[in-house]
Amino acid sequence: MNPIKFLEKQGCKVTYLDVGEDGVVKPEDVEKALRPETVLVSIMYANNEIGAIQPIAEIGKILKNHRAIFHTDACQAAGYLNLDVEKLGIDLMTVNGSKIYGPKGTGFLYAKRGIRLKPLMHGGGQEAGLRPGTENVPAIIGLSEALAKVQKRRVKESKRLIAIRDYFIKRLTKEIPKIFLNGHPKKRLPNNINISILGVEGESVVLYLDEAGIACATGSACNSEKLESSHVIMAIRNDYAYSHGSLRFTLGKDNTKKEIDYVMKVLPKVVEKLRKISATWQK
Amino acid sequence: MAEVDNWYYSDKVKEHFLNPRNFLVEDPKDGEFDAEGEAGNMACGDIMKVWIKIDSETKKIKDFKWRTWGCASAIAATSIFSVMITEKGGMKIEDALKITPQEIIKRLHGLPLRKIHCSVLVDKAFHNAISNYLENKNFPPPPTLRVGYG
Repeated sequence: MNPIKFLEKQGCKVTYLDVGEDGVVKPEDVEKALRPETVLVSIMYANNEIGAIQPIAEIGKILKNHRAIFHTDACQAAGYLNLDVEKLGIDLMTVNGSKIYGPKGTGFLYAKRGIRLKPLMHGGGQEAGLRPGTENVPAIIGLSEALAKVQKRRVKESKRLIAIRDYFIKRLTKEIPKIFLNGHPKKRLPNNINISILGVEGESVVLYLDEAGIACATGSACNSEKLESSHVIMAIRNDYAYSHGSLRFTLGKDNTKKEIDYVMKVLPKVVEKLRKISATWQK
Repeated sequence: MAEVDNWYYSDKVKEHFLNPRNFLVEDPKDGEFDAEGEAGNMACGDIMKVWIKIDSETKKIKDFKWRTWGCASAIAATSIFSVMITEKGGMKIEDALKITPQEIIKRLHGLPLRKIHCSVLVDKAFHNAISNYLENKNFPPPPTLRVGYG
């Protein structure tokens, strides 16, 4: 969102679209928001916090007969979803290395033939005049290898992770009272589990889990630099109890169902303990 | 070997966060406490409630219990405050009202800078409880009492 805010500061007129309770953008909202002079539509392929997968292909169809350039941030999606830019109707696509087991600090912008870009940094002349500086060949090769590898196994890996994800969500919602899944149950990344646990604050849960060797993240304000809770959870819930009490687990290639069983051994006890001392939990 | 066990918080914060003292286990029964007070808000992500029992003869704090919804430093600050005002037979009200957030932070061996303002709210909840207590008893508020503080 910040790059768009930057453009707004430069004088561009921006329309921000809302999402539904499931965190998904409605294609008809994109259609309604389009103006004849719209030059750019940017919608992330899958949300990093709640894993919501956006209807990129449908939006691509809407934009087919419009002058606007269609950009998607596919950083979270690259390991699991189809990146066929022609089928999706995408003009520009961002992918980075660190989300796909590639080298950190690498990334690329796909641009459809015919789209002319201006450099952000000037000088040199490398990368077709778009980015100055001697090319980091090992990083480039590393990124391209990483992408080829995750895309090759994405269908199989997605299937494996969806089974673990859904098993985890089922156990969470069954075994812990007042716990709510954020985002759509099916239209979500295979590796994303985001829940809100009422009566507890996210940072506390994260630190108790950390003590038990479990790593996860929270959208609570207490864990952010700006001391603001997650705007993503607020956009879908509009309730601080949900944003401060949100937890995100992200699965990767090395995670197993057995590890989920371990989390489920620890987490209910942590929640019980923190609810016991909580001022917002009705006993 | 490299230090891999480095916590964001001090060991003291960690100790009180993982083993909080004096929190209220069961909902209070009628007459169990003399007054209660609250501080914090939902938007910031920290809410604490405190319950006090005062010795009407000595004006000492006989019992102090709390419940906190919040991050590690909010829980630890409330826990250490409960120790500070009940240790050595309990503090006198007038002395307890003088405890500043800085003193609480000192007892916690420091807090990360950005955590100071939002998580040390227990003194505010305590002042509100004392204010309620004095009001119930029709006692005049001392100058150190900050009503509606926080």
